Amino acid sequence: MFETLLSPLRKLGHWVIEAIWRLGVISRFFVAILMNSGQSLLRFHLVIREMYFSGVLSLIIIVVSGLFVGMVLGLQGYTTLVRFGSADALGALVALSLLRELGPVLAALLFASRAGSAMTAEIGLMKATEQLDAMSVMAVNPIARVVAPRFWAGVLSMPILAALFNVMGIIGGYAVGVLMIGLDSGSYWSQMQANVDLHVDVVNGLIKSLFFGMAVTLIAVYEGFDATPTAAGVSAATTRTVVTSALVILALDFVLTAFMF
Amino acid sequence: MPNNSGSFCPIFLVIENSVSTDSFIEFRNVSFAYGERSILKNINLSIPYGRFVAIMGGSGSGKTTLLRLISGQVHPQQGEVIVGGRHVEKMSTRELFEHRRRMGMLFQFGALFTDLSVFDNVAFPIREHTHLPDSMVHDLVLMKLAAVGLRGTEHLMPAELSGGMSRRIALARAIALDPALMLYDEPFTGLDPISLGAIAHLIKKLSDALGTTSVMVTHDVQHSLNIVDYVYFVANGEIVAEGTPDEVRASSSPWVHQFVYGEADGPVHLAYPATTSLADDLGLGGAHV
Amino acid sequence: MKRSIIDLWVGIFVAIGLASIAFLSLKVANLTPQSADKSYALYAEFDNIGGLKVKAPVKAAGVLVGRVSSIELDRKNYMARVNLSIDSQYNFSQDTSAEILTAGLLGEQYVGLVQGGDPEDLKPGGRIALTSSALVLEQLIGKFMTSFAEGGAAKDDKQP
Repeated sequence: MFETLLSPLRKLGHWVIEAIWRLGVISRFFVAILMNSGQSLLRFHLVIREMYFSGVLSLIIIVVSGLFVGMVLGLQGYTTLVRFGSADALGALVALSLLRELGPVLAALLFASRAGSAMTAEIGLMKATEQLDAMSVMAVNPIARVVAPRFWAGVLSMPILAALFNVMGIIGGYAVGVLMIGLDSGSYWSQMQANVDLHVDVVNGLIKSLFFGMAVTLIAVYEGFDATPTAAGVSAATTRTVVTSALVILALDFVLTAFMF
Repeated sequence: MPNNSGSFCPIFLVIENSVSTDSFIEFRNVSFAYGERSILKNINLSIPYGRFVAIMGGSGSGKTTLLRLISGQVHPQQGEVIVGGRHVEKMSTRELFEHRRRMGMLFQFGALFTDLSVFDNVAFPIREHTHLPDSMVHDLVLMKLAAVGLRGTEHLMPAELSGGMSRRIALARAIALDPALMLYDEPFTGLDPISLGAIAHLIKKLSDALGTTSVMVTHDVQHSLNIVDYVYFVANGEIVAEGTPDEVRASSSPWVHQFVYGEADGPVHLAYPATTSLADDLGLGGAHV
Repeated sequence: MKRSIIDLWVGIFVAIGLASIAFLSLKVANLTPQSADKSYALYAEFDNIGGLKVKAPVKAAGVLVGRVSSIELDRKNYMARVNLSIDSQYNFSQDTSAEILTAGLLGEQYVGLVQGGDPEDLKPGGRIALTSSALVLEQLIGKFMTSFAEGGAAKDDKQP
């Protein structure tokens, strides 16, 4: 009876210790990536190659999702604003929601599930098929050759994708607000321009996405590198990448928002 | 299980803790464990320059760990691993990379880089460790591919290769920098008999041509005995027998006999040593009443 | 895939990113390159600016003529000093009046300028003397309530 009461508590304790332990390991891994980044930044074509896989191949999903999110914002924003007689402020509403929150967060979530999971699966499979071992036996550090280029490619791609997501969202809001509902095009843009501040809204949003990019790619490459080298292990690692990334993005978003705005 | 490690081991030349030795690879009282699980116990062996040695044993006997000790991927808890006159277990990361640069390793399933073409795979160690111009890298890669008989495949991706072909490409990659030491980890696993014969022949030819010292971990007895100079048998983390291929074939040791001729019954039993009897497990014995 | 094609695609990708950032800065945040010689400064002091923000528009007859460049509290007379940046193609007379208006019932607040009749124009850095404060909704309702209550009690017409 006492045992049944204690066992969830014990599990919680284990879970907390495990989480702290993982945080320590992942921080050391991060330092290892930074220490081994010199080579990948000197041989920048390695990073460019990975940017193709993490950035270019994520373009479609970012463009389409951004457009739809903007359209939904336009529709929902209009029905709410029109009750207060401020439908003219739609442009400002769409732009501010996207720039400050939705753009960086949604782009990062999409990036985690599109590029992050692929990164984990790729590195995990390289480990399972002894490719990482082969590399280190060939006196090539896999962190420098495999992990660091992917990390930097992700960090560089993320703000680009977030900016594109914002633009597509604003265009989507325009399509619904102006072309469909028939608001004035001039007031859509002028309300936006009057309320959006370059530094506070645009730049801070992009800084957010830079942090998200670092967090997501760090989690993705770590989970891949740390995966149990079996089919089940790699698939579990891929799942963990998406779940952990999503949680970290949302938690980090709160912290960054509290600091920035 | 006969414990033959004492009587079969000729290396009792306990010189001082000096590193001068005429062997290329030397293990001195090496023990290794993953956590609590003991993998290797008190291993002593010595491999002279230019020799082709096979390490044989059943699955899970710790023979792959021997290779990982030589390449410095793992370090022993006890004892010394000396390669080319230097202690592997005492090397810094930089020295270890230096050590690995003079070493080639063929992995169990080739371990080709799946995101690189055949050409880029073979060129990989050359590009990473030398600053040769592209034209020279190109020529070197084609020479290595020709050496394994696969010139013309350079534009293929690893996914487009058969098992035997990718093993040979991996061999070409392993010898790309003309290593002084070649390690083979189960090079014959999962190959059809023709590919297997081709790989065995190729390994022999290349190691003769390059004059490398080679260590091969395998459980394929027949092909190995045809190409190696010396054999160590490992079981339960200990060296249980050793000798030249002819000695091994003629060995009177029941263990070696069982292994070489693949007999189901002998000193090695099929069943896992369970602590309870089957009847007890099934609840039929009634002994606990 | 050949390396040059990858390079090309990544180049396009980065170009899209730069174009997006440019769009966000110029079209969305309206980072119009305002050089100093194209606008001049004026200031006005208000009792209460309500919810006026920096960068709020300055309008004359409904036409955008400038923006609020900064807002501070005057330490001597405790009035709000609002600095305006006015497009240099517009000149205003010395008896121009400034008031803080609201676009719509709940819309943004802006500064409205009404041109006076003085032939002399305000110099750059000049002060707009005639100001009227923002309408603060709570105060308005409060005033209305008291006057309504007093009016009900004393039947005294106190409307301004």
